[in-house]
Amino acid sequence: MSNYLITIEDSGESYRQRGERNLLEGMAALGRKGIPSGCCGGGCGVCKVEIVSGSYRKRAMSRAHVSAEDEAQHRVLACRIWPTSDLTLKVLGKMGKNLCRERGGEASRS
Amino acid sequence: MALTGVLRPGHVQMRVLDLEESVKFYRDVVGLVETGRDKQGRVYFKTWDERDHNSFIIRQAATAGLDFYAFKVADKATLDKFDADLRAYGLKTERIAAGDLLETGERVRFQIPTGHLIELYAEKTDVGNGLSYLNPEAWTGLAEKGIAPIRMDHILLYGPDIDGARKIFEDVLGFYLVEHVVLEDDKTDLAIWLSCSTKAHDLAFVRHPEPGKVHHVAFQLESWERVLRAADIMAMNKVNIDIGPTRHGITRGTTIYAFDPSGNRFETYCGGYASYPDWQPIKWTMDEVGRGIFYHNRKLNDTFLTVVT
Repeated sequence: MSNYLITIEDSGESYRQRGERNLLEGMAALGRKGIPSGCCGGGCGVCKVEIVSGSYRKRAMSRAHVSAEDEAQHRVLACRIWPTSDLTLKVLGKMGKNLCRERGGEASRS
Repeated sequence: MALTGVLRPGHVQMRVLDLEESVKFYRDVVGLVETGRDKQGRVYFKTWDERDHNSFIIRQAATAGLDFYAFKVADKATLDKFDADLRAYGLKTERIAAGDLLETGERVRFQIPTGHLIELYAEKTDVGNGLSYLNPEAWTGLAEKGIAPIRMDHILLYGPDIDGARKIFEDVLGFYLVEHVVLEDDKTDLAIWLSCSTKAHDLAFVRHPEPGKVHHVAFQLESWERVLRAADIMAMNKVNIDIGPTRHGITRGTTIYAFDPSGNRFETYCGGYASYPDWQPIKWTMDEVGRGIFYHNRKLNDTFLTVVT
């Protein structure tokens, strides 16, 4: 299978990955960073990205995190996207904050 | 009789993004036994050693996550009593007719303050585990197929009012607190582990701002050796492992956490001590919670703590 050049706009990082790996796997397999990694199954929404240019194959992802409009605007989950050309993307998703601080804050508010 | 009231976790229904991919995963990788499909398109599974018709049900949906979690109670009179007790406590309950879930009797459903739907039921058809009730063998060939857990063991739910949920399980349904993690204020529970039996946990909660979230469904394995074997099977099948194999300080269980093809986390778990209703709960403080959750590396892991469906 072909190799595609993936560019993460936020960090300027770029790397080449195989088309049979989804974007998140491709990044992780090279030890690269930039896209936050969560469930890797399209369910949790942590790895949401916007594909700025390039084409891809996609599979079902949770509507709780990707609306139909999102999907039409190429705002998708990196773990459910397989590149079919070179791709440039922006990172939209993020990992929840550190649990202790977040929960501590919540508790002190209540 | 010793165990009365709520007997054990009975069934859980999960949403998946691609049904056939998930059926293949739970059947071939996890090694559950498919026991049926209904008109709504739901697929039913049990572990090889469970006798009741189903314990794990999946349906295709646009989002991943939990539909409901259910406990089996001793008999129909107990079911009616709990229904009345829950209403007297101020909860709304709903009766779901026998047969709505395959081979399952009438269910009593209610929503707890963490946003989750919990069910009670008394009857589910005993289809057996393939071993005779008279002079049986020790296991069948299915015990070696895939990860092949023994039972659907417990669930960890994430939601806001875990104190309200705890009160219902303790005051109405007879559960007791086994362990808890307390925040820096030394009052507020971050997490609680509850038992309705002699297991270290049948149900656990973590305080979390979004309601109705699920952290994992756990499947019990026989030994640490089997946990390591499960890790090999996950590697062979490119399953996304969250963490493990490792051990918990809390409950002492040995464990792997991994994700199904829709991103629902599941646990393959072994061990844990036996507790009884006279158990003095174990308390963990935030400065030691890393060791409580992951006993070996004693560090919290961002994915484990924050990724839920």
